[in-house]
Amino acid sequence: MDTPISSSPLASCHAELGARMINFGGWNLPVEYTGLLLEHQATRQAAGLFDISHMGQIKAQGAGALAALESLLTNDPAKLRTGEGHYTFLTNDQGGVIDDLLLYRLGPEDFLLVVNASRHEEDLRVLRKAQNNRALFQGDPGTKAGMALQGPRAEAILAQLLPAGETSPMRNTLIESKLLGIPATIARTGYTGEDGFEIFTSLEDGPKIWRALLEKGKPMGILPCGLGARDSLRLEAGLPLNGQDLSPEITPIEAGLGFFVDLSRPRPFPGRAQLEQAKKNGARRTTIGLVGQPKQAPPRHGYPVFHNGNQIGEITSGVPSPTLGYGVALALITTPAPACGQDLEFEVRGRRVPAKVSPRKFLLKK
Amino acid sequence: MNTPTDLLYAKTHEWLRQGKEGGTVGITDYAQSALGDVVFVELPKTGRKVTAGEVIATVESVKAASDIYAPVTGEITETNPTLSADPGLINREPYESGWLFRIQADAGKNHALLSASDYSATLSS
Repeated sequence: MDTPISSSPLASCHAELGARMINFGGWNLPVEYTGLLLEHQATRQAAGLFDISHMGQIKAQGAGALAALESLLTNDPAKLRTGEGHYTFLTNDQGGVIDDLLLYRLGPEDFLLVVNASRHEEDLRVLRKAQNNRALFQGDPGTKAGMALQGPRAEAILAQLLPAGETSPMRNTLIESKLLGIPATIARTGYTGEDGFEIFTSLEDGPKIWRALLEKGKPMGILPCGLGARDSLRLEAGLPLNGQDLSPEITPIEAGLGFFVDLSRPRPFPGRAQLEQAKKNGARRTTIGLVGQPKQAPPRHGYPVFHNGNQIGEITSGVPSPTLGYGVALALITTPAPACGQDLEFEVRGRRVPAKVSPRKFLLKK
Repeated sequence: MNTPTDLLYAKTHEWLRQGKEGGTVGITDYAQSALGDVVFVELPKTGRKVTAGEVIATVESVKAASDIYAPVTGEITETNPTLSADPGLINREPYESGWLFRIQADAGKNHALLSASDYSATLSS
């Protein structure tokens, strides 16, 4: 079945910049501008600007919104104060991950869900079906222009577009403000392991803000960044990718993200019993970090992983780390998992390559 | 894209230069550009007999691993020793110091390789 390809509202900007475009989850998006390595380094050392217009937005508004979300998501939405956000999961009845998302509270019964493009329609279907209340959840794909400004200089760059005297939002909070006088939703979050912001604005105003951020950031070393750098940056930070490290067949506990499953509250949510069981007694599988060595074949998605000669699982995401100079990967393996520092192997084109178990945050925090 | 006219090309983006030392093989400017910064190269063993179209090497960028096919049937006589220390040569000089391996093609075999203009035509379609 052919899915129609959606064009980003920032497509004209990408064309000006000579980006190489690819189809990503039904969206035509830049994979690279000046080169993945340069873009990766710019984000770690200065700033990177990413098109995230494909990220879905779903609003949950009206009486019953909080109760509905409490009965559907693994992290407790009642913990959020207005303006705050957190990472959470929408799970199926087995506790598997339908989607991982950021939930922001905009008011007592007013929430914003920022979801994965590829899961957006499915999320809406699941949310609406579970509640039997279609009106509560609104938000079709492709209604906003979105961009992520990431890196140690992100705050300094953003400050130049904010109204005079206005400060940028704190970590994991969201504000409604203006950039260049244009209304914008700004959240301090990201997917790179760096400080930064996700900015959403209207489709028609997106290109103005995109161009202004690049212009203001130029003296500080900003680069526009594609999906290639986005993937290597998130993996160095140990952040999961939906569809690889997370899926309906993988629970948050197995992904090593049990922190975002809050069992301290009474209300049930889909798969709660399974997740509770797994948290108490341990899951059958877990996700470990794996590091390779310089000058060795890098780990990649799907490669089998061995410990003491026995296959114990496979790599869900892997990349030659531009920052570290060796391969880093997430691997889903059977428990009990070997401890950090223990020797492993992964198989590349029929050959075994040495590796070690590592913390999943591959970069030491500065 | 730079596509020198004195080389032969495979549809799978390898080039072949015929010389006194046998055939030298690398990947095209188009291929290195599409792949991005090369970080790892796996080359065939010297002395290996290979068949045209067989996967015999791998070039990896941060983005992806890409298979390299033997452009002709023959025997591997040499591999580029500098690539393991500096795989980025493939990006910087794809037709010169970024070559991958040398191959002695079997005599009498017909090899369906393309001219520079025919190869370039496959890129624009």
